[in-house]
Amino acid sequence: MPDRADALARAAALRKRFEDLGAQVVETPILQPAEVLLDLYGEDIRARAYVTSDALRGEQMLRPDFTVPVVQMHMTQGAEPARYTYSGEVFRRQELDEDRANEYLQVGYEVFDRNDVAAADAEVFAQIQEALAGLQLRAATGDIGILMAAVRGLSTTEARRAALMRHIWRPRRFRSLLNRYAGRVAPSPRRQALLAAGDPFEGAGPFNGVRDKAEIAARIDALREDAAAAPIAAQEMAGIEALLKVRETLPFALEQLRDIAVDLPSITPALDRLEARTEALAARNVDVANLDFEASFGRTSMEYYDGFVFGFYAEQAPDLPPIATGGRYDALTRHLGRGAEIPAVGGVLRPGLILQLERM
Amino acid sequence: MLKLGVPSKGRLMEKTFAWFEKHGIRLSRTGSDREYAGTVDGIDGVGLVLLSAGEIPRELAAGRIHLGVTGTDLVHEKLARWESQVQEIEPLGFGHADLVLAVPQCWVDVDTLEDLDAAAAAFRARHGYRMRIATKYHRLVRDFLREAGVADYALVDSQGATEGTVKNETAEAVADITSTGDTLRANHLKLLSDGLVLKSQATLWRSRVAECDDAEQQAMQEMLDRLG
Repeated sequence: MPDRADALARAAALRKRFEDLGAQVVETPILQPAEVLLDLYGEDIRARAYVTSDALRGEQMLRPDFTVPVVQMHMTQGAEPARYTYSGEVFRRQELDEDRANEYLQVGYEVFDRNDVAAADAEVFAQIQEALAGLQLRAATGDIGILMAAVRGLSTTEARRAALMRHIWRPRRFRSLLNRYAGRVAPSPRRQALLAAGDPFEGAGPFNGVRDKAEIAARIDALREDAAAAPIAAQEMAGIEALLKVRETLPFALEQLRDIAVDLPSITPALDRLEARTEALAARNVDVANLDFEASFGRTSMEYYDGFVFGFYAEQAPDLPPIATGGRYDALTRHLGRGAEIPAVGGVLRPGLILQLERM
Repeated sequence: MLKLGVPSKGRLMEKTFAWFEKHGIRLSRTGSDREYAGTVDGIDGVGLVLLSAGEIPRELAAGRIHLGVTGTDLVHEKLARWESQVQEIEPLGFGHADLVLAVPQCWVDVDTLEDLDAAAAAFRARHGYRMRIATKYHRLVRDFLREAGVADYALVDSQGATEGTVKNETAEAVADITSTGDTLRANHLKLLSDGLVLKSQATLWRSRVAECDDAEQQAMQEMLDRLG
């Protein structure tokens, strides 16, 4: 294992690379208010981050990443466009695999720029790839924005589209909702009985708790509307299923997706963005003809990314976590910006893993 | 001395004593009722350690006791990767309890985890905070809900009288241990049809980390032969 001094020196060198590109160095506190992260990720974050507390400030989390505090900082005081770099420890709770580090260095590069989104995507990817030159890494890319566009364009009820959007990052729940909306799963007998009942509250017992009768009645109405809605068309289902399976080098992936867009025309603007990004990557001398693209990439691990996503993997050491990851997170800036928003893309590198690979 | 950890009071202790008795091993408390000391008869080289059932998982994982009796729920909740720290020797057939998710009976629209998830989304939109689930089994419940794809909930800690939290409006739903469901029903709560988080019973565990010298090794073998 490389020692900490070596990792710190490498982190400093990597950060210097990004400074030389014009990025401003930022620091963020290690202790972050838990509320913001819980609000974003829900309870799941407690399984991934260390939570501590004091009587005065309440719950705090040991910084599980830099992106959230950097976005907050930018949204309150940043000038546009902006490029930031940082280097420091992040802390990740590990309950399943003791070989995974629970504290490690990250060096990041984040670009907040609304002028040319494709160029910004390509810039971040290419700079990170360059910083990793010399290591034999496989790059994988994806684009969550395409699936989101497909869902937004489904000819079904707004409630169904919203439920699917909410579970974009939970593939199993997403799949089971989709199957139900397509009419592939029959409603349970209990559900049928409830919807058929004249008085659904008969025998329900006393009302107690914060969730009141009006809320329950509103959901029963929603369930009735949903039961009356037509199933999602077979053609659209086939389109979504084909989309989720796309796994090709970038040019072929784009071709396949263009075919799928015949059934799912709503993804065309997202595909135009993918095409523009591909051109911008090629203009930065990225070998796009051999760059992998997986439409499902990033759906399980990277909740705030909503467009371009990427990761760099060491194929000679498949047990290692990705050496670098990144992506676009426009929606996160909207969420943390309280009304303000700015397109943003960034990525992080792990100097400790880089050293480990160099010494293998 | 091979150390056997056993719950220090109540029906769990009595039933554990009775279970060992059937295998020719007599456990008994010594001294006054308040003194947590005990003896083992019918087998050589085994010492009794009386502990709260909730502390037995930790003691097994630390290797301070070689064998211990406690519930599956407590082992799974308190020990990360419990399989690597303890080995299940034998379920004892009592102390049955299920960790379940329950919601108010009046929630006629909520029957499954999928309903709970949809209700949680609407609840958060309406009230501005995540739907609260009261429990003391944070890790088990969180893992279960993540696996099931339920979002927009918050776990709130409740170390007792958990079923009362809904009426008191400190939680909207509960995740708690029940053996018959009576307490849930009395508090106008109902189980979700797919809300069984874990089936638990009193179980004899062996520590994978506690070291044994020759005599302890021999006592362990003798004990396992008797029980097997």
